[in-house]
Amino acid sequence: MEKFDKLTGVAAPMNMINVDTDMIIPKNFLKTIKRSGLGRNLFDEMRFDRDGNENPDFVLNKPAYRKAQIIVAGDNFGCGSSREHAPWALLDFGIRCVISTSFADIFYNNCFKNGILPIKVSKEDLDNLMDDAERGANATLSIDLENQTIEGPDGGTVTFGIDAFKKHLLLNGLDDVGLTLQKADKVDSFEDKQKASQPWIAGAATV
Amino acid sequence: MSSPKTLFDKIWENHLVDVQDDGTCLLYIDRHLVHEVTSPQAFEGLKNAGRKVRRPDLTLAVPDHNVPTTDRTKTIENEEGRIQVETLQKNCKEFGVPLFDLQDIRQGVVHIIGPEQGFTLPGTTTVCGDSHTATHGAFGSLAFGIGTSEVEHVLATQTLLQSPLKNMRITVEGALPEACTAKDLVLALIGKIGTAGGTGYVIEFTGQAIRDLSMEGRMTVCNMTIEGGARAGLIAPDQTTFDYLMGRPMSPKAGAWEQAVEFWKTLPSDEGAVYDKEVTLDVSEIVPQVTWGTSPEDVAPITGNVPYPADFADPGKQQAAQASLDYMGLKAGMAMQEVVIDTVFIGSCTNGRIEDIRAAAEVAKGRKVADGVRALVVPGSGLVKEQAEEEGLDKILVESGFEWRDPGCSMCLAMNDDRLEPGQRCASTSNRNFKGRQGFGGRTHLVSPAMAAAAAVSGHLADVRDL
Ligand code: SF4
Repeated sequence: MEKFDKLTGVAAPMNMINVDTDMIIPKNFLKTIKRSGLGRNLFDEMRFDRDGNENPDFVLNKPAYRKAQIIVAGDNFGCGSSREHAPWALLDFGIRCVISTSFADIFYNNCFKNGILPIKVSKEDLDNLMDDAERGANATLSIDLENQTIEGPDGGTVTFGIDAFKKHLLLNGLDDVGLTLQKADKVDSFEDKQKASQPWIAGAATV
Repeated sequence: MSSPKTLFDKIWENHLVDVQDDGTCLLYIDRHLVHEVTSPQAFEGLKNAGRKVRRPDLTLAVPDHNVPTTDRTKTIENEEGRIQVETLQKNCKEFGVPLFDLQDIRQGVVHIIGPEQGFTLPGTTTVCGDSHTATHGAFGSLAFGIGTSEVEHVLATQTLLQSPLKNMRITVEGALPEACTAKDLVLALIGKIGTAGGTGYVIEFTGQAIRDLSMEGRMTVCNMTIEGGARAGLIAPDQTTFDYLMGRPMSPKAGAWEQAVEFWKTLPSDEGAVYDKEVTLDVSEIVPQVTWGTSPEDVAPITGNVPYPADFADPGKQQAAQASLDYMGLKAGMAMQEVVIDTVFIGSCTNGRIEDIRAAAEVAKGRKVADGVRALVVPGSGLVKEQAEEEGLDKILVESGFEWRDPGCSMCLAMNDDRLEPGQRCASTSNRNFKGRQGFGGRTHLVSPAMAAAAAVSGHLADVRDL
């Protein structure tokens, strides 16, 4: 997993609430068995018409935002289906950071597992950042995860909160599975205890 | 004495393997359900790292999202879908994971088969790479939807990293009026709390209306907790739960059964337990519910009208409502019952159980599907299908003009060939009315099975009480 420490990039404004994972990556692209390659279908139904032509009004099709690395969006970003294809598609397109007032829980957690930083800010800060993002070619934000700051094009700075452990994983690009496997002895002793107290849990699934 | 605990607190504490300094918890997972769409990349990750599945005996796999609902003996025509199903078969074989394959009568929607087999049990933790895992909360199992990276984590370690969640209690008072079902109850609830109302919470449902529900109905309620934004829904196990589970293939066997029931009886929330948030809903006066927009919170009574965007106080919601109306092709102010439909879908993990098929058949009996309406009934599992056929429900439905299909997710999300064409409009018993959910450009109205059948025979959204 790629580390996330600092990022300076173009921020694309998506001034709408409830951007759901069906919009981020429509389900007809879920049939892949790989993690890569989904970026070309990111926001597919908004980005392209039925014949595959670009919709010139969609923000990521506008010249200034084609290489956006940050999305600034309204409330409840990432709601809907738990598909992790949503962060994979964002990442594959090049988005490393999403800023909103709130995120759906599953999407929020999935971002961290894929090297994407979701940032929660207040409504007031979001309005300002949305204004910044609407400046086209000048819509550059600088994010510093270590110091938990977002710097706007005019030098104004917003600070944000984040869970310390999640921050640690992102800063170091750490894989959760490897970390947990180091605790195998704790899992072993849990299983021993459970076997004694709830013997009906084990051995359930057979064909 | 320790302080009073909620059902959620008890299950959580019972599954703590480790707590990190920052409070992140490592939770043990008792039950892991796997399907073909969200697992290939997880198995890919295991393979790449040379890791094994830690507990195949706590893992159960089934193909459901992509499977055809007509002739199973043919191969799946859609190549990508076929590759996903074949990849699941290969992975299960390679990693020793139990699989209910396409030809197995126990195959079905992942959230239907877990309970049906007695794999889902009270007091356990259940996960699946699918947001509607919340369904299993009906049994008092703490059940989460997880992403593919987490699927990989659970396969490898049988644990999940989770931050603690907050407790919400929703007390549903009153007795459901006739012709109103668990689906109407939960739609009314989401209409009240909104799609973000439960974010960050586990919701425990209590109250008379919940206790009166069958297990099928409880599953419908918990299934749609996720549409209310919550991480999971829970209902305390009681005699209804035990009666449902007794004798199921994977339920505790005699001997262990008594011990299990004793334990399950200790699970309900203690008197005086504190919740971070409380909501009360009285359902004694509700009428059958329908959705008009593209978010599950866009709910109206069937006797009501499509709202005007200006009715909403919040400007964001006004905009969203206008966009919904444009997409849905509806005029503000029109009566819900004037909305003409061309498709009906009865099925999914929300409403694909035997009780749901019975409700649909009861309405269909002696009536005909309206001209120009295509109506699909897709049982949630092979066993539901078998039971429905034993009861003769398939005949009633087919005589009325419904199509009787094989089990799978089908038009709930249209990954197989069952889908809406652009502009088509469907009364659906599924759980999501998002744009394009049932097919590109398709329009969805969420309803109960009885209301879906009423729409099928009327040709428009209709009040089942008037039939
Ligand atoms: S029936 Fe629908 S909601 Fe349920 S698991 Fe299948 S696709 Fe998901």
